[in-house]
Amino acid sequence: MIENIPLSHILIFSTLIFFTGVYGFLTRKNMITMLISIELVLNAVNINFVAINKYMFPEQLEGHFFTLFIIGIAAAEAAVAIALFINLYRNIRSIDVDEVTEMKH
Amino acid sequence: MNALTIIFYIMAVLMVVFSIMAVTSRKLLRAAIYLLFVLIGVAVFYLAVDYMFLAAVQVVVYMGGILVLIIFSILLTSHLGERLQVVKPTTMLFAAVLSLVSAGVVISVINGFTFITSTFEGDKLTVAHIGQQLLSYDQFGYVLPFEVISILLLAAMIAAIAIAKYKHQGKS
Repeated sequence: MIENIPLSHILIFSTLIFFTGVYGFLTRKNMITMLISIELVLNAVNINFVAINKYMFPEQLEGHFFTLFIIGIAAAEAAVAIALFINLYRNIRSIDVDEVTEMKH
Repeated sequence: MNALTIIFYIMAVLMVVFSIMAVTSRKLLRAAIYLLFVLIGVAVFYLAVDYMFLAAVQVVVYMGGILVLIIFSILLTSHLGERLQVVKPTTMLFAAVLSLVSAGVVISVINGFTFITSTFEGDKLTVAHIGQQLLSYDQFGYVLPFEVISILLLAAMIAAIAIAKYKHQGKS
């Protein structure tokens, strides 16, 4: 068990990962790397949910189930996003955000 | 300070470093592999807090599903030697300042807050318990989100197939 690690250290660590993801989302141009940044953000949030669940409210499993649902939604989001990227690449030969000026073809 | 604590701190530093490398690497496939390391670290964190089922879900869904999809789409849409173009230095500076300042604000709030940790010692979490709570409709039951997410996954699956097939029919 990791009871002798203070909760604030875990939260600081997840904050750093979260804002790394935000930085990546703002600076990347390729859509796949933007998706990678979103996955980083979602994982940081999951760490937060699990840590607060375990340290502060261990009698209820709310953080545990929220994390489970977030993972499910992330899977659905990634599947749809990658279908869109492949379709875009087939149409305009690029998946850079600057070159995708219209979704309709 | 026992071994698990030291492992946690080493892992935390490594995960932050790998996530920074995942968002700054100029090669797409390397960024995906750095993301893989971060995901492994998150799974280890779930194991360390005794959520075995969550760690298994993380490995199966994230590493087995999402990451394979990402690598698959990287290989379909780019050449392996290709280097990503960089954004303008002003944009990069703006993003760096924005995320550093926001991270500083959040960390200072966390440092100033006293968390009341619970000393509750429950019995070990089993998969049977998770399944019962997931399908119970009493208080703290999760049957409604469970059903909603099943419809969401079905809709996402149909949408992905429809998007992938759409252009094919339009061309012919």
